[in-house]
Amino acid sequence: MPEAVSALKGVSHTGFATVAEAGLTGMIQIRADLASPRLAAVLAERGLAVPEQRKVVTGGGRRLAWMSPDELLLFCSYDEAPVLAGDLTAEMGGEHALIVNVSDMRAVFTITGAKRDEVLMKLCPVDFATLPEMELRRTRAAQTGVALWRSGPEEITLICFRSVAGYMMGLLETASRKGGEIF
Amino acid sequence: MLTLTCPCCGVTAEETELTYGHEAHLKRFGPGSTDAEFEDYLFNRKNPKGVHFERWRHSYGCGKWFLAARSTVTLEVYGTYSAQTTEPPAELIAKIKEKCPGWEGWQ
Repeated sequence: MPEAVSALKGVSHTGFATVAEAGLTGMIQIRADLASPRLAAVLAERGLAVPEQRKVVTGGGRRLAWMSPDELLLFCSYDEAPVLAGDLTAEMGGEHALIVNVSDMRAVFTITGAKRDEVLMKLCPVDFATLPEMELRRTRAAQTGVALWRSGPEEITLICFRSVAGYMMGLLETASRKGGEIF
Repeated sequence: MLTLTCPCCGVTAEETELTYGHEAHLKRFGPGSTDAEFEDYLFNRKNPKGVHFERWRHSYGCGKWFLAARSTVTLEVYGTYSAQTTEPPAELIAKIKEKCPGWEGWQ
C-alpha cells in the first residue's frame, strides 16, 4: 500500500497571515434527505446532530457541515474515513442515501492570524464582516469553487478540489504577501 | 451587478457566484404539438423591457436552481423563490404590481 499524501504535503507560507495546506483530512460526503429520522439517529450515535442551514457542528471529535439542502460533509481523521463511510452506509439500512469517502478528492487549507480575513477578502465575493463563527460559506476564490468557515479563534479553514490545490495555494500565497494588507 | 438571495441556502450572493439560466416558466411543447407551438417554445422569448422572470443557479454555492424576478431596465430585484413551482408566488406578483402599475402580468 503506497503512503497517502495530501495534495501539497503541508506546504505553508507566512506573510501578513499564515496560509498552510492542512495535510490529510478525512471527509465523508453524505447525500440524503436531511429531515430523515434514520439519518438523525445514525449521526446521534456519534454525538452529532444534523446541522441547521449553513452551520458546522462538532461532536465526538468530528465536524459535520451543511453543504446544501440535501448534502452534509463529515470531517474525521483520515484513517477512519473508509471504515466510517462503510459503517454509515450500512446503518442507513435500505434508506436512500449516498455516503462516500471523498478525503482524496479535496484539499484543505487554513488561514491564520489577526488579518486572516483580508487574505480572503481579495479572493471571495463574501462579506466577511457578517460571516458568523462556524458557518460554512460555499463560494468561489478567484476562479475556483471553495467552502470556508471560521473554524477557531483567528483561523479560517478552506476546502477546494484537490486538482486545483496548486492554484489555490498560489492565490493564498500571493494574497497574503507582506505589504498587501487591505486595512 | 446583481445581488440575489438564494432561497435554497439563504446566502445573499452576487452575480459572479451564480449562473444565469434564461427565462423561467416556459411551457414545454413536445411531440403532438403544432409546428408553430414548437417553434414558439424553442426559439421565441419575451425579452421584455421591464419585469422579467429568470432561472438562476447558485453554481459556486449550494448548486441549486431557483427563480428570480427583476427589472431588465433598472436591475431592481423584486424577489427570488423556489424553482419547484409553476407560477410566481402571489405575494411577489402583488409586490411587483404595486411597484410597476403598468405591468401587463407574468404570462
